[in-house]
Amino acid sequence: MITRSLTALAQALAAKEISSVELTRIYLDRIARLNAKINAYITVDPEKSLAQARAADELRASGKSGPLTGIPLAQKDIFCAKSWLTTCGSKMLGNFVSPYDATVIERFNAAGAVVLGKTNMDEFAMGSSNETSHYGVVRNPWNVECVPGGSSGGSAAAVAALLAPAATGTDTGGSIRQPASLCNLTGLKPTYGVVSRYGMIAFASSLDQGGPMARSAEDCALLLNTMAGFDERDSTSLDRPVEDYARELSAPASTKPLAGLKIGLPKEFFGEGCAPEVMKLIEAAIEEYRKLGAETVEISLPNMKLAVPAYYVIAPAEASSNLSRFDGVRFGYRAPEYADLNDMYSKSRAQGFGAEVKRRILIGTYVLSHGYYDAYYLQAQRIRRLIAADFSEAFKQCDVIMGPTSPTTAFRIGEKAADPVQMYLSDIYTIAVNLAGLPGMAVPGGFANGLPVGVQLIGNYFSEARLLNVAHRYQQVTDWHLQHPAGLD
Amino acid sequence: MSLTLEQVRRVAQLARIEISAAEAESTLGHLNGIFSLIEEMQAVDTRGVEPMAHAQDLAQRLREDKVTEVNRREAYQAVAPETEAGLYLVPKVIE
Repeated sequence: MITRSLTALAQALAAKEISSVELTRIYLDRIARLNAKINAYITVDPEKSLAQARAADELRASGKSGPLTGIPLAQKDIFCAKSWLTTCGSKMLGNFVSPYDATVIERFNAAGAVVLGKTNMDEFAMGSSNETSHYGVVRNPWNVECVPGGSSGGSAAAVAALLAPAATGTDTGGSIRQPASLCNLTGLKPTYGVVSRYGMIAFASSLDQGGPMARSAEDCALLLNTMAGFDERDSTSLDRPVEDYARELSAPASTKPLAGLKIGLPKEFFGEGCAPEVMKLIEAAIEEYRKLGAETVEISLPNMKLAVPAYYVIAPAEASSNLSRFDGVRFGYRAPEYADLNDMYSKSRAQGFGAEVKRRILIGTYVLSHGYYDAYYLQAQRIRRLIAADFSEAFKQCDVIMGPTSPTTAFRIGEKAADPVQMYLSDIYTIAVNLAGLPGMAVPGGFANGLPVGVQLIGNYFSEARLLNVAHRYQQVTDWHLQHPAGLD
Repeated sequence: MSLTLEQVRRVAQLARIEISAAEAESTLGHLNGIFSLIEEMQAVDTRGVEPMAHAQDLAQRLREDKVTEVNRREAYQAVAPETEAGLYLVPKVIE
């Protein structure tokens, strides 16, 4: 049961082969046995999950079920869920029981899905290894000495270890795609504005975007159909016609299903900087795409190398502003002792935030401060436009862009933790996509020394359905995405 | 460019984050490493390029000027560190 796709689980529920309560129990039992080894979840609350599962079973019995009714899902702990502890991986929110639901949670609840638990993550989504969480490192189910990636590392590890059939993530600079790649999942970061950010704790508001993390493109499409949609409570939510993101997936299989598809290969993705064992698998995947009928064309994204520097101005700047709300007054951590109001702010923030979050707040405060704003913040925003323009040029020559997701496979726990710059460079292939606001995916493309490697697909604005189909056709002829780590039973 | 210890302390103060002498030292090293990465930007000529603040160049959507939220003071104050009679308590600000 636990290795089935979401569609297969939905069929089992519809056929009364299993109830939502039984299915939810299977996962809760596995979590109880295995979470200590992986640390994928920060919070599980069997009583709450089972109550939701019972309600889902009743909904089904009354004939009012949809494709996700009764399906248990892991929710990244960045999404506020009413009456659930919502920590965002931080001590700052260690006592924050959310009084409201994020729109994403509300939409899943309305669809009858079950919250299986809240997954571990880098503190305030700032990290690429899940080592900055106040609630401990998450271990990669493929090798427990390695990181799962970040910041959605708990979600990735939960699905990879079969502790959830699918999960949500958020992606500000690669936080869905990189952990998906490192844990052998399919992950999608939608076009900025497609999934509501209401109730999704803000890191960098102009970059943050929620999305699905699952085993296959089909499962991601199913989840996105529920997650996406206009929300008036998010001022940057896009008011567009409702789409069926799975619409292209049902076309019958053929020998050349991708005939006519032009895949752009940016030369900046295929030069130095990527581990040879990763590159070998990316090239093999591209060869497979040629067999499916796709053509490849070399393209260039000349300002690619500036993406990481520009991001580490823009994201911290926005974070320093967003995180100013954590002051120990209305919610969250307050230092036990302080002299006056300023001292209360300074001590609460010093004690409540971890080292990486503080670093980013300090960078952000600096680049926004008087005398540095033009040189750093505005310069970074100008470079952001150059990067976005590179992509629009590239999409005149191709339909999708392909390359590696991460320059290496999962690295060892502790390997990069002491050097922020090395850590930041693990997102060299993903960050530009957020700056431009484009949709991107990670798709399992094989294993190097037993560790997963993800192929990255980047599409033009609002091309999620096409990206999902491009991933799906590859998954019809490969079985990388169906592999599970050994030794977790 | 490289930051000074004094600048680190000043920025920490602006950000309302208490920082010990030892923390300031190690933070200085990390921030200078990060800024050496950021500096790569400075060599690029961006004259005439419009800053891009947002992924979608859209005008800010406005809503109708009417009350949409209900009063949920109790629920919101249940997660506050300290309240009294519906008010948030902070240390005395005005003598």
